[in-house]
Amino acid sequence: MLRRIFPHPQLTLMLTGVWLLLVNTVSAGNLLLGLVFGLAIPVITQPFWQKRPVIKRPLRVVEYIALVTWDIVMANVVVAYTILFKSNARTRSAWVRVPLDLTSPEAITLLAGTITMTPGTVASVLSADASSILVHCLDTDDPEAVRDEIKHRYERRLKEIFE
Amino acid sequence: MLEDTTLIAEIVVSVLLVVAGVFGLVGSLGLVKLDDTMRRLHAPTKATTLGIGGVLIASMIYSAVFLDRLSFHELLITVFLFLTAPITANFIAKSYMHRHVDEGDLPPTEGPYGWAVYDAVPEDERPIDTK
Repeated sequence: MLRRIFPHPQLTLMLTGVWLLLVNTVSAGNLLLGLVFGLAIPVITQPFWQKRPVIKRPLRVVEYIALVTWDIVMANVVVAYTILFKSNARTRSAWVRVPLDLTSPEAITLLAGTITMTPGTVASVLSADASSILVHCLDTDDPEAVRDEIKHRYERRLKEIFE
Repeated sequence: MLEDTTLIAEIVVSVLLVVAGVFGLVGSLGLVKLDDTMRRLHAPTKATTLGIGGVLIASMIYSAVFLDRLSFHELLITVFLFLTAPITANFIAKSYMHRHVDEGDLPPTEGPYGWAVYDAVPEDERPIDTK
């Protein structure tokens, strides 16, 4: 019964939170309206998320967000340096193939997003069977080191969170 | 005491705005300077995130200290930005590869199928169920 009313408690919580942030004031009326959305939208969209990812270790998510935020700041500095002080001729771009151990679509999406936001790499395309991901590096001397860093720094952590 | 906090807040907000402005500028400069579409993608996906992030943090501090109200709008903008930037970059990369990059120039997938832009898996063998 409870499951019928709250098919997706996390989504309810998130939608209510997003609503409060959108209106930017916390009041009883807004909270109520947020809750109405938070309850109605999961019920309406239920058919779309039958298989939903399970987050095994929520604390690791916090660690991952902190790590990625820090890496994004560093990425900005690194890319800014390359743009300002390296001539195009000396910038060595490369394609790197990263084999994937992740299997859940949500985890792969997160990994691709992380790769794009972090130092000097953009996730370009998956292989057709989702067994590897193609990454474009802006400037690297050692493509294999880039691949190993992605695998150890991000993929290992995502695997712990999702699988 | 009160003047001190106001002064510190003013300095912090100014520094954040200047840093953000510089990164925003460098990101746009990268679009002009880099010479290949795949390279150009790096500039707006990265250098501008810190640019926008800095402005948003400055805005939060400003409204908390000088307007006496807490504002959390900005967090939402950050979240939306982080969600949309990689997806846009991925769209551009894929359409660029589709039209201008030859499959032979890419490293092989070392699997039974090629990269998704050039190859497809038959529907009944899809590893990820998209339905």
